[in-house]
Amino acid sequence: MKKLLTISLLSAAVLAGTAQARDYDTVRFGVDVPYEPMEYRLPNGDLTGFDIELGNALCDEIGIDCTWTVQGWDGIIPGLLARKYDAIMSSMTINDQRRKQVLFSDPYFTPPSAWFAPADSQITVPSKQTLEGKTIGVQRGTLQDNYATDMFGDVADINRYSTADDMVLDMDAGRLDIVFLDFPVGKSTLLDSNDGDYKIVGKMISEPKKYFGDGFGIAFRKRDKELAEKFDAALDTLKENGTYDKLYKKYFETKQ
Amino acid sequence: MIDLQGYGPRLLQGAWVTIELGLLSLLLSIILGLLTATAKMSRSWIAHRLGTLYTTLIRGVPDLVLMMLLFFGGQIGVNMITDWLYYQFDIDIFININEFVAGVVTIGLIFGAYMGETFRGAFLAVDSGQIEAARAYGMSESLMFRRIRFPQMMRHALPGLSNNWMVLLKTTALVSVIGLTDMVRVAEEATKATHEPFTFLIPVAVIYLLIASVSEWGFARLQKRYNVGFGES
Amino acid sequence: MEQLNTWFTQLLADNEIFTAQTIGYYAHGLANTAQLVLLSLLIGLMLAVPLAIGRSSSRPWVKWPIFLYTYVFRGTPLLIQLYIIYYGVVFVDGIQDTWLWLILEKPFYPALIAFTLNTAAYTTEIFRGAIKATPRGEIEAARAYGMSQAKMLRRIVLPSAFRRALPAYGNEVIFMLHASAIASVVTIMDLTGAARFVYARFYAPFDAFLFVAAIYLCLTFGILYLFRYLEKRLLAHLKPQT
Repeated sequence: MKKLLTISLLSAAVLAGTAQARDYDTVRFGVDVPYEPMEYRLPNGDLTGFDIELGNALCDEIGIDCTWTVQGWDGIIPGLLARKYDAIMSSMTINDQRRKQVLFSDPYFTPPSAWFAPADSQITVPSKQTLEGKTIGVQRGTLQDNYATDMFGDVADINRYSTADDMVLDMDAGRLDIVFLDFPVGKSTLLDSNDGDYKIVGKMISEPKKYFGDGFGIAFRKRDKELAEKFDAALDTLKENGTYDKLYKKYFETKQ
Repeated sequence: MIDLQGYGPRLLQGAWVTIELGLLSLLLSIILGLLTATAKMSRSWIAHRLGTLYTTLIRGVPDLVLMMLLFFGGQIGVNMITDWLYYQFDIDIFININEFVAGVVTIGLIFGAYMGETFRGAFLAVDSGQIEAARAYGMSESLMFRRIRFPQMMRHALPGLSNNWMVLLKTTALVSVIGLTDMVRVAEEATKATHEPFTFLIPVAVIYLLIASVSEWGFARLQKRYNVGFGES
Repeated sequence: MEQLNTWFTQLLADNEIFTAQTIGYYAHGLANTAQLVLLSLLIGLMLAVPLAIGRSSSRPWVKWPIFLYTYVFRGTPLLIQLYIIYYGVVFVDGIQDTWLWLILEKPFYPALIAFTLNTAAYTTEIFRGAIKATPRGEIEAARAYGMSQAKMLRRIVLPSAFRRALPAYGNEVIFMLHASAIASVVTIMDLTGAARFVYARFYAPFDAFLFVAAIYLCLTFGILYLFRYLEKRLLAHLKPQT
């Protein structure tokens, strides 16, 4: 009996050593919408945005199919680990905390974060003094949440929302003094769609790296190294052949 | 048909999700409740303790917290096992816990504890003379359960059962927080998109009242049926 | 003791989740939950007493509106009531310019209003049942003493109804504690809000939610024992005499 156990354990160890990564012919992406212009729905319900278009282009390049699954932000990494989908492409910033849980592709986009406030707001430079007693809006579990919590959590109220949408609604309602968001998202949801009601406060922020990381990456499960490498190679190709630039222009070029 | 700015059909779909979720978890909670009641009344020390532990733990923690624990933690727990199998034995299985199923299991598990208490009280209320008479007739345990214990227990359990169902129905609203598209979720999304909360939230409240009223009527009829032979009570 | 202390320090040092900061969040959440639950129970109780008396009245124009109120608030989910109040007030034109907005701006007060109205509805029905169950003899005795209607209510009916309502009210207190978890949905950092924050920051569902579940469990037991004690003291006369 003991012998049998030893043999089976040994063979299991050998098998585990040679275990092959799974071959994917379809990759399911998890994405949190709306986060305009990175990912959002058209009025007819179709998903679109920079991440979605880039993700589809990457899959085309690799020669696999991809599908998109909508998942709320605060469950998005657990959802990946839970294999509800195979990768996350949802404006996720690469940082050390997340690296412990997932495997990241090379960064594909590096946006700064920015503060947005109503146009008549008195705040000019966000600091402990100016934000004292104010209510700050962030999306729960984002790097902006971590940054605002650590820097201003002791002087200001921080309201955490499940989606960026909830936050904009409470901002419109006058419940928030200021919000902290990825710049492209704040620009698209607050500046472009509300004529002159909101403004950017202070400078764009992308330091310290401890919070703001190295830009957006695609997150995979740690055991899917081969898949991540395929996406890295495809990203290089798209950057060389101009596809990436075309998408970049489409979504981030200032509309004047 | 009621259009509600294009959200009408989705709202009805959401209502259907609510009803399905409610009925399936009711069924599960009744089964769990019967098992728990049996365990708590059994002579086995372990079964008794397990039953008590289950009802105490579940009734001491908010529904929403239990739901988040099982929703967010459940799949990860299952995956820990499957991942271990994969790394140890290269057995690649994947058990996907679908959100609706997770909802039914969670709500069923929560209300199983409440049902357990209801059923235990009701079983104890059955006149012991009835059981003795059944024994004297030489009925087997299962026949006795079907013909004597269960129907008589139901008479005592129905008021509690109906009460639990009303609470359960309202608890289904919490799945919207976790991501299932029931009617509350649809109404909330519509509110955010149109900025008209009353247009959507009030119809949803009315649907809940309707379901509650219909069930109240249904339970009153059932009560009448199980009360046959006991006069008005 | 010394050993226990070092053991505990080591236990805390070994994990990244339960730092002084996150423990602080849970403590803060506990304070918020306690405030919300206690205030809504207190105000709800004060509303429920007159409502229950009105609900037991024989005048239809008093009785039916109160019945409608309790029926609606008991028949719909608290979550819907919270959404209607939290989102609803925002879209009343011009409300941001009135003094009311000072109260409604923070999520705390909309939540408090929703919770209070909800618990008041349940408590009204509990008291109504208790008033209805007043033994006829007590009323007849009061009448024989020539008590006025108001005096009889104050001296006889209400005190005995309160005692009978005690066990059911204890359940309502526990229900309210558990129901308060949904405050986290409208950004309030109550106990559940703290757990959701820890979950989202560390992706650790078991640590975040099991810890908070344990706190709720302790609170529930606390309430349970408090009411057991009260019942023993106040309902002593109902016990079989030895």
